[in-house]
Amino acid sequence: MRPKVVTLDVNRKRHHVVLAPNVTLLQALRELGCTDVKSGCEKGDCGACAVLLDGKAVNSCLVLAWQADGSEIITNAGLGTVDDPHPLQEAFADSGAVQCGYCTPGMIIAAKTLLDRNPHPTEEEIREAISGNLCRCTGYGQIVQAVQIAAERMAAAGPVTVTGQGG
Amino acid sequence: MLPDFDLLTPQTLPQALDMLATGSPDVIPLAGGTNLIVDMRDGRHRPKAVMDLRRLDELRSIHMDDGHIVVGGGMTIAELMTDPLIAEHGAPLGEAAAVMANPLVRNRATVAGNLVDASPAADMAPPLLVLNAEVELVSQEGMRRVRLEDFLVGVNDTLLQPQELLAAVRWPVPSPHSVGAFYKLGLRRAVACSVVNAATMVMCDMDGRCQQARIALGAVAPTPIRAHAAEGALRGQLLTEEVIAKAARVSAKATCPIDDIRGTADYRQRMVEVLVRRLLVKSAVGVRQ
Repeated sequence: MRPKVVTLDVNRKRHHVVLAPNVTLLQALRELGCTDVKSGCEKGDCGACAVLLDGKAVNSCLVLAWQADGSEIITNAGLGTVDDPHPLQEAFADSGAVQCGYCTPGMIIAAKTLLDRNPHPTEEEIREAISGNLCRCTGYGQIVQAVQIAAERMAAAGPVTVTGQGG
Repeated sequence: MLPDFDLLTPQTLPQALDMLATGSPDVIPLAGGTNLIVDMRDGRHRPKAVMDLRRLDELRSIHMDDGHIVVGGGMTIAELMTDPLIAEHGAPLGEAAAVMANPLVRNRATVAGNLVDASPAADMAPPLLVLNAEVELVSQEGMRRVRLEDFLVGVNDTLLQPQELLAAVRWPVPSPHSVGAFYKLGLRRAVACSVVNAATMVMCDMDGRCQQARIALGAVAPTPIRAHAAEGALRGQLLTEEVIAKAARVSAKATCPIDDIRGTADYRQRMVEVLVRRLLVKSAVGVRQ
């Protein structure tokens, strides 16, 4: 089947890309340079490829790029920068929640959707929210801690500062 | 890398049914993709053409209609978890949604996809069986309703015809005096395929006597099943410890599980008894309140 032009709005930048129907959103994003989106199991088990697709956290390996035509996609890199990190990104760095780093972008995407709907999660709720994300360094303790610290900092900073952090 | 296929992108249900009528059996519907895309990547499935259902608004609502709760086939598992109609009139389904797969998969996977995939361990099936659900199958010929119990005929096998779509699932609004519950036994707490899953629904009169009971079991037979004999053992009885224990034992007898990597047949049968007992004890408490 012939490729077609697909419009992907990635981290608030619009791309028009020519793609065949069997290209996944994961492949398309990586080809666009979004290498923060990691390719892990490609079965929906590991969450390394998680992105926000129209505001919902999904495994980009299980979405065809054509299905995302016209959609808004936010990756971990779209949440903040080195100079202006998202509180979650800062807390992951501060807590030593990043070991090899492969699971980190997906973990942060999953944690972001949790904090958006539940700014004061319990440890149990954090573990449930990241249950679709595997860390093979097994550094879950620090990851959970990082989400708790981010939640506390975001609450202390108040809503004005939080909206200024993007995403 | 996925193999080559054509991707059809209908914008309306009539368009989709037209594409299926013309293209079947070579056109395979794609709902959430959490099974189909994995199967295509692993080479287990090589459809010539795939038809994306996600733009079909007709499949995307949960509403009440003529005393029934109707759930569009395109609703995601995550959407079941937060819907007030499901919370009020389909509690076991909401409970099953909350423990299925993982949060990322739940944002894509759909009700229709889980039923049409027809895994013996499908987590949506036992709750829908105890809710006495029917599926609505649509094609260009029209719509037919089939009881879910009849729809599921074997491992990954249903009564769905190649030119049909599972447009919705519906069940009669349960009596306010009924209590339903679901339990999933997996090897881990997330991203687990059920070793055994079970749902129960009991309705009692003012004296606490069981008027009607439904028990459904998954991953213990080629399809999710109802335990009819055990349901009969509860009817007309007070839900005492002995009555519950007997119904749990009879439930285990209804199963014909297999040994596999997740557990042995013997273990599954024993766990059916435990799960059904726990669910009925919980329901008995719920009925009294």
